[in-house]
Amino acid sequence: MEQAAAPSSDVIRIERLHKEYETAAGPVPVLHGLDVRVMPGEFVAIMGPSGSGKSTLMNILGCLDVATSGTYWLNGRDVNAQSRDELAHLRNEVIGFVFQGFNLLPRANLEDNVGLPLIYSGTGRAARTARAKDMLAKVGLGQYGRSLPNQISGGQQQRVAIARALINHPKLILADEPTGNLDTHTSREIMALFSELNQRDGITIVLVTHEPDIAAYAQRLVRLSDGLIIYDGPVDHAAPQHLEATS
Amino acid sequence: MSAGDGRMTFAGGMVFAMLSEAWQAMNANRMRTFLTMLGMIIGVGAVILMLAIGQGVRQKVESTIASMGSNLFIVLSGSTTSGGARMGFGAAPTLTLADAQAIEELPGVGAVAPAAPGTAQLVYGANNWSTSVYGTTPSYLVVRNWTLAEGAPFTESDVRSATRVALLGQTVVQNLFGNEDPVGRTIRIKDSPYLVLGVLAAKGQSLDGRDQDDTVLIPVTTAQRKLFGSQFQGSVRFMMVQATSAGVMPAVQKEMTDLLRQRHRIRQGEDDDFSIRNLTALMNTAATTAQVFSLMLGAIASISLVVGGIGIMNIMLVSVTERTREIGIRMAIGARAADVLLQFLLEAIMISLIGCVIGVVLGVGGAFLIYAVSGFNVVVTPVSIVMSFGVAAAIGIFFGWYPARKASRLKPIDALRYQ
Repeated sequence: MEQAAAPSSDVIRIERLHKEYETAAGPVPVLHGLDVRVMPGEFVAIMGPSGSGKSTLMNILGCLDVATSGTYWLNGRDVNAQSRDELAHLRNEVIGFVFQGFNLLPRANLEDNVGLPLIYSGTGRAARTARAKDMLAKVGLGQYGRSLPNQISGGQQQRVAIARALINHPKLILADEPTGNLDTHTSREIMALFSELNQRDGITIVLVTHEPDIAAYAQRLVRLSDGLIIYDGPVDHAAPQHLEATS
Repeated sequence: MSAGDGRMTFAGGMVFAMLSEAWQAMNANRMRTFLTMLGMIIGVGAVILMLAIGQGVRQKVESTIASMGSNLFIVLSGSTTSGGARMGFGAAPTLTLADAQAIEELPGVGAVAPAAPGTAQLVYGANNWSTSVYGTTPSYLVVRNWTLAEGAPFTESDVRSATRVALLGQTVVQNLFGNEDPVGRTIRIKDSPYLVLGVLAAKGQSLDGRDQDDTVLIPVTTAQRKLFGSQFQGSVRFMMVQATSAGVMPAVQKEMTDLLRQRHRIRQGEDDDFSIRNLTALMNTAATTAQVFSLMLGAIASISLVVGGIGIMNIMLVSVTERTREIGIRMAIGARAADVLLQFLLEAIMISLIGCVIGVVLGVGGAFLIYAVSGFNVVVTPVSIVMSFGVAAAIGIFFGWYPARKASRLKPIDALRYQ
């Protein structure tokens, strides 16, 4: 492992990251050599118009997809050097992923949904249930443990998804447009929850959004355009065009 | 355990969790699960039932063979021609008691039982019954592997002095005596009194359906001189010869042929005036036929098992496609390829095994139903049940493997994006 080359202090470090998609018409480049470093405890918002490569970047950061070239160190580990099983392990214990569409299992009750990652880390049934109940209570849904996802509101479903992302005490939360399917009021509640996790528990958060008022919850803004970073700095100092809504 | 990550690869808790997830998945689409299972149910049920029937036939044949006696030859006297009509084997009085004694001296021969059979009317009190009467020697009981239910057999000295004694078969006892104890009583055969020495144990039907218990045994000399006297003076119709083992039977057959040709002064090139049949070989043919029959039934039933397995594969493939997104979610939160594989494999095995349990119950129930309704001999062996479970598990693994592997090979991002 190339520990020496990867300063263990940062949670995310990407260098010269490229990504191309193979299509029938030939390779289509999406990311053109990105360099980003995220330190522990940071709250980063990624913005950019559709097709700018935000989601692609998120999928690579979440170890769901692999870069075409360039390097990615996650929590001090060279992701490119990891086996499929080791990547699964990283997704299980280092990263908590929150999706726009919640992605809960429709047939499983909320407790089982929240406890699902624990199955893959080999946690026994009793501990799984106990921790899932705890986590549900933390996101304010302690009384709905036995309900099914379609019995609760979208905002509540996203809370469940966040509880699931938190269950294995990840270092990093990756949220891909987590409020995209929610109304303004619910969005604020969800963002308040993220802020709390970031400020109180020190969890690093990287989130993709279209909306400036969502990005405003973050401390740092990364603006993508056509696969390149055109702004990377504090949200407060960002020029208005970097903060403008993208859809 | 993969290096450093500290996770148990197949922790019991994980398997248990996956089993309960498999159960949930099966429960979510009950009708489909049931129809998938139906293939296994019919397959396993048919195999169990067919094996039970086949085994029943086999057992019946084998017990009949055992009742016949083992390593047996039957030596028949020759044919005779009467007015141009050939009378068939056993019609000519060519075999004698002396032949029987000579054969008994041959190496490899265990026992020889000459037989002078005939039909006679039996009378006891107000009852009468016509049956086959065998004049024979005490060896007959040995050769036929026959025991007495009560009383004692007649002896060599009874044969020497041609005494009027008899052993009765069960059917004869029922028809002449009813519930009365026949031992020590005197019956009349063709108007002469015979003392009943004993009763033969029940033997049931022979392979050709004759009632083997409808018979009376008397000393061969008594039959020759006193009962059927005028017909074949001093001759026997046939004799049963028991070899000491199955291995010596070909040699014994040749020795008997040589001996009898020599004793009967048959010149080279002339036909035998007797015929030797290897009864055991005939019986073995019957046993083999029954076995082939049993295998055929099982093989035909197995085809439905394979069809059931293909049904499972079909449904699992549909299930993998339907649940692609779910697979993506699971992978996104940390499921490894092996976890996904195991989950789908367990589901296939579970469908297969539950189908198997129901199939076994129905198969065994069907077998008993056949027995209860028709009295047909059916035998459900534990081996066939254990085998069914093994085969069902194997089918679950074999036909579940491909869909499960397909699921486990999905890339997380592709699976997540699947709509």
